[in-house]
Amino acid sequence: MADKKDIDEVTGTDTTGHEWDGIKELNNPLPRWWLWTFYGTVAWGLAYTIAYPAWPLINSATQGVLGHSTRAEVAQEIAEVNARNAEVSERLAAADLSTLSPDDPAHRFGVAGGASVFLANCSQCHGQGAAGVQAAGYPNLLDDAWLWGGTLEDIEFTVRHGIRNDTDPDARWSEMPAFGDILSDEEIAQTVEHVLAISGQEHDAAMAQQGMVWFEEQCSACHGLNGEGDRSLGAPTLNDAIWLYGGDRETLIETVTYSRFGVMPAWGERLEEFEIKAVTLYLHQLGGGE
Amino acid sequence: MWDYFKLILLGLVALFAAIAADWGHDAAYKLHAALIFVIALGMFIWQVRQIDTEKPQVDTSGYMDGVIRAGVIATGFWGIVGFLVGVFIAFQLAFPALNFDWGQPFTNFGRLRPLHTSAVIFAFGGNALIMSSFYIVQRTCGARLWGGNTAWFVFWGYQLFIVMAATGYLLGATQSKEYAEPEWYVDIWLTIVWVAFLAVYMGTIFKRQEKHIYVANWFLLAFIITVAMLHIVNNLSIPVSIFGSKSVQIFSGVQDAMTQWWYGHNAVGFFLTAGFLGMMYYFVPKQAGRPVYSYKLSIIHFWALIFLYIWAGPHHLHYTALPDWASTLGMVFSIILWMPSWGGMINGLMTLQGAWDKLRTDPIIRMMVISLAFYGMSTFEGPMMSIKAVNSLSHYTDWTIGHVHSGALGWNGMITFGALYFLTPRLWGRKQMYSMAAIDWHFWLATIGIVLYAASMWVTGIMEGLMWREVDAQGFLVNSFADTVSAKFPMYVVRGLGGVLYLTGACIMVWNMWMTIRGGAPVKVAPPAAPVAAAQPAQAA
Repeated sequence: MADKKDIDEVTGTDTTGHEWDGIKELNNPLPRWWLWTFYGTVAWGLAYTIAYPAWPLINSATQGVLGHSTRAEVAQEIAEVNARNAEVSERLAAADLSTLSPDDPAHRFGVAGGASVFLANCSQCHGQGAAGVQAAGYPNLLDDAWLWGGTLEDIEFTVRHGIRNDTDPDARWSEMPAFGDILSDEEIAQTVEHVLAISGQEHDAAMAQQGMVWFEEQCSACHGLNGEGDRSLGAPTLNDAIWLYGGDRETLIETVTYSRFGVMPAWGERLEEFEIKAVTLYLHQLGGGE
Repeated sequence: MWDYFKLILLGLVALFAAIAADWGHDAAYKLHAALIFVIALGMFIWQVRQIDTEKPQVDTSGYMDGVIRAGVIATGFWGIVGFLVGVFIAFQLAFPALNFDWGQPFTNFGRLRPLHTSAVIFAFGGNALIMSSFYIVQRTCGARLWGGNTAWFVFWGYQLFIVMAATGYLLGATQSKEYAEPEWYVDIWLTIVWVAFLAVYMGTIFKRQEKHIYVANWFLLAFIITVAMLHIVNNLSIPVSIFGSKSVQIFSGVQDAMTQWWYGHNAVGFFLTAGFLGMMYYFVPKQAGRPVYSYKLSIIHFWALIFLYIWAGPHHLHYTALPDWASTLGMVFSIILWMPSWGGMINGLMTLQGAWDKLRTDPIIRMMVISLAFYGMSTFEGPMMSIKAVNSLSHYTDWTIGHVHSGALGWNGMITFGALYFLTPRLWGRKQMYSMAAIDWHFWLATIGIVLYAASMWVTGIMEGLMWREVDAQGFLVNSFADTVSAKFPMYVVRGLGGVLYLTGACIMVWNMWMTIRGGAPVKVAPPAAPVAAAQPAQAA
């Protein structure tokens, strides 16, 4: 077949002479621009593999004449940033926050850096704007209701050691009993009516009257006789409108029956010293700092 | 004798499956064992009833098209399933409430996502490839499929693989390798089916009438052989128990990651590129009624593509534990791959030389041309994204998702739709599709859908890449991860709407196919007479 020229009428190009189910093939050459671009990429590829680490050998690989390494590149970039901030971050790490002037460059550096530390490490629980997530018991950090204290010193301690974790022996610690094991359902319901009463909510006065007895007996040791709370124990204030897990009847019954056990990691194990100071400064100036 | 052997085999399979269904350690395994038990038992009973009866003579004079008709229907069906799940999970990302608390864990994005990817790639794409390769190899070899009912075994075996994979994902059986999620026994089953596929295909090629093998068959053969190799190596694992779905990979750490992306990238290269190029090389010249543009180009770009693709996998692991040298090679081979990939686009588009006017009148050829245009675009975008500097921005972002979908929706989807519109009337003895206007509608809905999808993913991908790397003057990160998630919301809605358009187009196609098939009947097509007559004039000259 191939020795007879078979010309395609439309284009005037000859075909290869083969035919499959009516399909023929034209004998067009490779498009020049295609071929030269292909050669170009091959040439570039060879040059690139000489310049950069590329060809595997038996125990190693060619390192490339430019001596490039992605790990070294990252290390260098980090080192550059660290070097640029070295002076101010060392100053911040060594500073006593309670005496650090807001005009000090280390203070400004701390607030700006703290915002970033917060976004990267804290926002997953406390929310983008630090408003907390009540449904999950992550406290709001914008208000002046502090569980463990809102001074710079308190905040720094909490960040460094965390809360109720088992990795840091200095972690803030307290544990509310699950009163489902101690009080009857009716007694719990009465106690909750009392809590509703002292927090200024609609309640059953008769039940609250009885609940006050249980409250004084079981709860006041930590939460105070009037429900004012105790920061040294991380016991929340109960006579205001601010709630960690929610202040409605149903949530309170759940809290009293099963207790709560919120955990926060000890960031001292993960963050640099200046980062702990920075995030402390950032949190302190959000609105609730004391 | 053979019948008795089959009976014993089916009996043993049914017995083992019954035991496995009872002793199985997890829900997916138990369900699959029960499924296999029912199938094996049904076949056993059927076989018993057939035994010692006269077998009806099968007419083997024509092409074996029954299995292709089944494949056409399966392609349409799985296409709708895959697109529907895709649209749903797209809206899950925009509106997480659609994960449905009541449906956990089955309706979770994490379980539906592999269901979507496997349904579109392996169920829709795989059925399209199997049925069109059976069609193409018979027509271009002038020979009936080799192996008798083996082709039917391939078809039904493949459907069983799909059902086991999909139900396994929903029930939590996964080996957590992207595009290779099915567990060990599903992998073994697919291997058996695939080897049968290869045998049917090779057997038919050996029977061919034309001395030369047509280019479409090179690509399809490369696809079948390489996918077998990729599948086996990437799924090397040891089952924890013969009665449970869990298995442990034999590779670990960066070797496992590298094996996975050697597989993953070449699944794109050989399944979604080489295989579909095989389809393109048959259906485009047939639909255009023109010769293939350049034989030389097809042979050069074929070998270049086959040789280069297999090295490109490491570009999925830039800036990871992968050594720099492997990363470099992956990138370099990806860029050299640019022109070989484009060879297919040039050959396809230039085949329309002398038939460009058909773009105005023939919506099917228009579909094929837009498919080649998307092929060209995504095979340019791919090498570009493999460049380390670009990848440092694009990696892990939605840009990758956009890239995959411009390839999958544009190239694979559109060429498959073109093939379905080509095949349906021919296989059911109709002059053309029931409604040509509906094809037009499908074309525009799908095209606008892809544009919405790809454009929104480019925007959101580049945006999140820039947000992730944004640092302030002191080197502190400016955005948290959640900031980038909330910023993407509008683009996620647009993407979902693009998917809705694409799905709507596909529904119109399935309706059109249904109406075409309803008005027709299966036809028998005979292979051409022996080639001796055709060769005669050449000798005379």
